[in-house]
Amino acid sequence: MYPDYLAGHVKEVERTRPKRLELALTGAPVFPPMTAEEREDVLTKYHPDYSKGAKRPVRVGPNKGEEMTTEVAVLLEAHSMIRPKLMELGLREPDYETDLLIIGGGGAGCWAAITAARQGMKSLIATKLRIGDANTMMSEGGMQAAVSRTDSPTRHYLDAMGGGHFENDPALVRVLTEDAPEIVRELENLGVIWDKESDGSMQVLHGGGTSRKRMVSCRDYIGAIIMRTLMDEVRNHPDLISIREFEPAVELILDENGRCAGAVLYSLDTEQFLIVRAKATIIATGGFGRLHIRGFATTNHYGATGDGLVMAYRAGAKLKFMDSVQYHPTGAVFPEQIAGFLITEKIRGAGGQPLNKFGELFVFPREPRDVESAAIIRECGHDRNNGIDTYVGRTGVWLDSPIIDMIHGEGYIHRQFPGMCRQFNRFGIDIAKEPMLIYPSLHYQNGGVAINERCETSIPGLYVAGEASGGVHGRNRLMGNSVLDYNVFGRRAGQHATQYAKTAKLGRLSLEHVAEHARELKREGIDTDMISPLILPSYTPEDVKIQQLARLGNVPALHSMLRSRFTAQERRTHP
Amino acid sequence: MQKETEPHEEGGKRQHVGAHMVSVYINGKRHVVPEHATIMRAIEYAGHQIIRGAGCREGFCGACGTIYRLPGDYKLHTGLACTTLVKDGMSLTQIPSVPMEKAVYDLETLTPDVTAILQVYPVTFRCVACGTCTKACPQGLPVMDYIQAAMRGDIAAVADMAFDCVACGLCALRCPAEIIQHEVGILSKRLTGRYLRKESRELDDRIAEVRSHKYDGEYSKLMTMDKAALSKLYYARDIEP
Repeated sequence: MYPDYLAGHVKEVERTRPKRLELALTGAPVFPPMTAEEREDVLTKYHPDYSKGAKRPVRVGPNKGEEMTTEVAVLLEAHSMIRPKLMELGLREPDYETDLLIIGGGGAGCWAAITAARQGMKSLIATKLRIGDANTMMSEGGMQAAVSRTDSPTRHYLDAMGGGHFENDPALVRVLTEDAPEIVRELENLGVIWDKESDGSMQVLHGGGTSRKRMVSCRDYIGAIIMRTLMDEVRNHPDLISIREFEPAVELILDENGRCAGAVLYSLDTEQFLIVRAKATIIATGGFGRLHIRGFATTNHYGATGDGLVMAYRAGAKLKFMDSVQYHPTGAVFPEQIAGFLITEKIRGAGGQPLNKFGELFVFPREPRDVESAAIIRECGHDRNNGIDTYVGRTGVWLDSPIIDMIHGEGYIHRQFPGMCRQFNRFGIDIAKEPMLIYPSLHYQNGGVAINERCETSIPGLYVAGEASGGVHGRNRLMGNSVLDYNVFGRRAGQHATQYAKTAKLGRLSLEHVAEHARELKREGIDTDMISPLILPSYTPEDVKIQQLARLGNVPALHSMLRSRFTAQERRTHP
Repeated sequence: MQKETEPHEEGGKRQHVGAHMVSVYINGKRHVVPEHATIMRAIEYAGHQIIRGAGCREGFCGACGTIYRLPGDYKLHTGLACTTLVKDGMSLTQIPSVPMEKAVYDLETLTPDVTAILQVYPVTFRCVACGTCTKACPQGLPVMDYIQAAMRGDIAAVADMAFDCVACGLCALRCPAEIIQHEVGILSKRLTGRYLRKESRELDDRIAEVRSHKYDGEYSKLMTMDKAALSKLYYARDIEP
């Protein structure tokens, strides 16, 4: 039940529903999809990437001079956590030796370890929180794979390119879409339970920007099912795969010949720095939602702070498309306790409709995400003022979910969306009977470290897979292509890094690139007390944080990372 | 809606000005926090940086298992810190990790029946059907029922009932028979996906097509098109109803 001040608005949704349902049942688009020009118009006027101050040139490193999302530029221009001079002993006597170092224990990292283990290669997964604490775990709606008879991998290719405004790397999109059917089978063989039709064929639904029904799913827990399957398999190979939890990497290590040779880990339990020497290294650290870009709430997990970008960049790897950010069209707005949480796009894939305060459609429900989000922001903004306000000052539009049961038959929502039902039931809202209030939420790092289809970077021995990489999705990813991405490229990174590690010979280990980064900051006259990788965001209230920052040695903040960050106030005044 | 000029930070103190406050005891120490806060936000509001005890923060990962008591109530309650709201007088502590041994097994050598449970998690058969696990489950799953199904070898039923498990391990910590219920659930789900599925003929055919390079020609055509041509093709494509 919604409180009285919102219940009146719900009535508008109910009032317009019979007509909208009638139209939906005809199979025709319920609202005209946008043309190329209309897309361009709504994006440039309303997408947060185009707002004032959203981007600025980065002043250091391989992409120097290029426009980047401001929050990312700030991270790349921050100090390292370590002093290379103090690491010299460690570099001579590493704490861990392994063939393959995998940084990050999410979907891509686990796939890389499993693939390496299948070839008898030893690996070490170093991860910030627990293995599986990753955005992979939280994906809800589905994965794209062209498995139905009406579909084809090349159609999938065209949809993905169009979603990314034709800027995606064609070679990467090809392997993404061409590997997809086999990934479905591989996951099934590892024990993933797919939603199926009674004859065994895959259940497929639409997602934003798909021209064929291509979304395969596991109710609305696809990430939790895939992640737990992969983690369980990783842990079935203790002889080949070691796991170090709460030990995030904070810098890469190169050898004297410029090859990647491992990383410096930081134990969150003991605050020790630990050296890993590895023949090949895979960055699978995921995205950056916890940077709260443009002040947005996020759907991302606690550790999504873009660490991989920072480390790879300092080591000399080039980044791609770091001027774009994905906002998921449907983050929760009410109740306040779940503000920003993900409402799966599968809701719209199954027929859910976004509606303004008059209960009217204002956008085709399945535009690509950037377009859909910009249209929702336009509807809520000053130009139209058609949003619905909550008591804490948030604004959103409705997402009509009850219409789904009317399209597919009663009980469909409870069967297909147990996670969404549970999330709202906790607050007394039955989404089979009442709509949800939604607004875009910071969701995905479209760009990342530039890779090729073998997941190689410009640094020999360094591989990147999953959300940390850039190029696959251009400047806008479609729903279901990130679940596919970490599966396809995690597996590929495992294969190719294993091949490389078989013959790689390492020279003397070095952190000279970290020392050089410090010199570059000085040369460019960059004065900052920011340290990166950020590792974890802080949600301590500002007055408490100021009391914590009073500790001696905080300016410049060159010690314990957890208590040496900008307060929100300081961040606001930062360039 | 998050106004651009006014960054919204999750859990920041300012947004709660004027909110009603309640007292909670975090690890025995009293803190005053907003009454609408989740346990996780209350802990952070009090000034803690959570390291062990937060993961996805949305109810999927099971990192934030928490036990608590309420005034005048003898019960030891369980919940996820990210989705459980504080109550006045609540006394809580987070569980930093759940000690347990995940069995090492080879999925390819198991069969989807009671022998798999016997072989991998024999402790399952110590179940006394007390229902403590079901009471402890923050997802509201019928945990005891699926453990009983596992003892009968009804693997598909276990998978169905344990589908939404977040593996927080609170059931396993409360179980007087020391069963690790969530692991039994994961094993059963994997057995179901691997062995009890209906095969998809379309999927077989599509994989075979890709392997026989059926799409190579079309890919090379698409990959060499310029942006204008690709865009024309894209906006003209038909959309399946």
